[in-house]
Amino acid sequence: MIAAFTAPHVAWTAIAPVVIVLGAGVVGVLVEAFVPARFRRTVQVVLAIAAPAAAVVAVAALWQGVKQTGGTSVLGGSVLVDGPTLVTWLVLAALGLLSVLLVADRIEGGEDAFAPSVAAVPGSAYEEQARAAGSMQTEVYPLVMFALGGMMMFPAAGDLLTLFVALEVLSLPLYLLAGTARRRRLLSQEASMKYFLLGAFASALFLFGIALIYGYAGSIRFSDITTATATPSDLDPLLVIGLLFLLVGLLFKIGAVPFHLWTPDVYQGAPTPITAFMAACTKVAAFGALLRVVYAVFPGLNWDINPVLWIVAIATMVVGTVAALVQNDVKRLLAYSSIAHAGFVLTGIVAFDERGIAAVLIYLLAYGAATVGAFGIVSLVRERSADGSVVGEATALSQWAGLGRSHPVLAVTFTLFLLSFAGIPLTAGFIGKFAVFSAAVAGGAWPLALIGVLASAAAAFFYVRIIVLMFFTEAQDDEATGEAPVPAPAPAVAPADEDGGSAVAVAQRTATATVAQRTTTTVVVRGEGFATVAIAVCAIVTVVVGIDPTPVLDLIGGVAKFLP
Amino acid sequence: MTLTHYVVLAAILFSIGATTVLVRRNAIIVFMGVELMLNATNLALVTFSRMHGNLTGQVLAFFVMVVAAAEVVIGLAIIISIFRTRRSASVDDVNLLKG
Repeated sequence: MIAAFTAPHVAWTAIAPVVIVLGAGVVGVLVEAFVPARFRRTVQVVLAIAAPAAAVVAVAALWQGVKQTGGTSVLGGSVLVDGPTLVTWLVLAALGLLSVLLVADRIEGGEDAFAPSVAAVPGSAYEEQARAAGSMQTEVYPLVMFALGGMMMFPAAGDLLTLFVALEVLSLPLYLLAGTARRRRLLSQEASMKYFLLGAFASALFLFGIALIYGYAGSIRFSDITTATATPSDLDPLLVIGLLFLLVGLLFKIGAVPFHLWTPDVYQGAPTPITAFMAACTKVAAFGALLRVVYAVFPGLNWDINPVLWIVAIATMVVGTVAALVQNDVKRLLAYSSIAHAGFVLTGIVAFDERGIAAVLIYLLAYGAATVGAFGIVSLVRERSADGSVVGEATALSQWAGLGRSHPVLAVTFTLFLLSFAGIPLTAGFIGKFAVFSAAVAGGAWPLALIGVLASAAAAFFYVRIIVLMFFTEAQDDEATGEAPVPAPAPAVAPADEDGGSAVAVAQRTATATVAQRTTTTVVVRGEGFATVAIAVCAIVTVVVGIDPTPVLDLIGGVAKFLP
Repeated sequence: MTLTHYVVLAAILFSIGATTVLVRRNAIIVFMGVELMLNATNLALVTFSRMHGNLTGQVLAFFVMVVAAAEVVIGLAIIISIFRTRRSASVDDVNLLKG
């Protein structure tokens, strides 16, 4: 018996930022279907840049209202648009925009970071055909938009169902995107499969947690669950186990130990612009959701989950730092460093202090800006093969030697991001670290803050190692090609190879693969300028927030309060 | 037979699924383990829905089915692309990334 249908009231303006981004994803799919192939890339790039930019504007328009009212609950409480939501939306849309710029960048010859046809078997004739035809996988733009929309919905969710669907909407496109790299496709496919299997496992655990919490509370609405947890009942084990499963899902997305094992593999294998997007935005979204779950939904269970979060935070900081010390690959090193950073942010969450919310959000902004910038630079540092064509990214640390002499601007910018990661004063990273550690101390979690400071000091070692490598180590590329010694600042000025090197190059190419690999030199590609803009913006944010953090602190601190 | 039995059954099925994911080597079987976990969750959701006398759990179960279907699409696409490259769907063979 269905009575008259009453349409639900939807406050579209309050959720406009998410609607814009998801709408751009849908339009992007239609563009794939209806726009002729030669215009497709232009249309997709414009769409994918305009949507996050419009989302930033929409968030700015909502800001004052939320600041005064404390926020609204939309769609019958399914989406909570409060201060922390707006801050994460702003950070996500901005970082998403910068990541899209990295995605859109191409080097000479119109090569972007993505395989011309992802479905083609690597090394097959069909792949060669697709490459020669100059085809492009422009589907990455709508996929990025869907992932970004899911990320924005994740910390705004007001019930467990929205939380779950948002998790899947953000994860599924990322599983695919991880497997789309143009170079080193086997690694990329492997990353994709590992990410998918482990991610699906984690979301199944997450879902079972949701089922148990629903079994306990009889509702999936966060406010009802909070009310239900306030009074003790015999179903308490159900609740605690459910919450632990829920935390597993969230901590997996964050990349916290012991759920971090996918992080280095996926960050290394995925196309670098996608790595930047994942590393920055997924963490922001997942930490936003974790903040809400821990602070607003289950404040009564702090005593139960506190030991768990303490252990996870300590293990994450220690494992991330120690493992990063021994890495030889830039992307892998940044992946382990991002694990360590997850640990630092967790100390701010474990603080269970009002200040923790603002501290975590500020840290995420600082970390996200430095991450997008650092991976952007990684995407520009390439190998040049002996025949003079630019091939994959030079990710081995040894290939970065001497980069500071040949490309001072690039190396200095990278140094800036590394110093921000390390938390050196006058960079945004310092403000973030100071905020989370002081929140931890204020919340009585001073041992965590102490371990965090020690881990930061140890982490500074491997950041400084890269800086030393770039500025104070000679480039060593000419070892393998003994006949064609390249002058000292050579890695970039590969044309020097042209005269004596070409005959050698032909001979070398017939040699074994390992030797051929060592004949590559390191070059920095210019790209079309998109990546340069993104890196510059990240650098400016890192410096400005580091030198004068007050406006940002006030902006975020003024709204950092959850809607009950 | 009380409703609790269904919850216990769901928990057992979920554990079987989780064990499958952790011990099996073939990516397709691992994936089936994940699907079993999702369906065990559906059983739990419907049972809790019956216990509490509201429909939320059943609605959730439908959403889970939709998401599981989407996950199958993505997962099989990834597994097949790996299989076509390497002629193997074993998760042990996918071992280029390490360190």
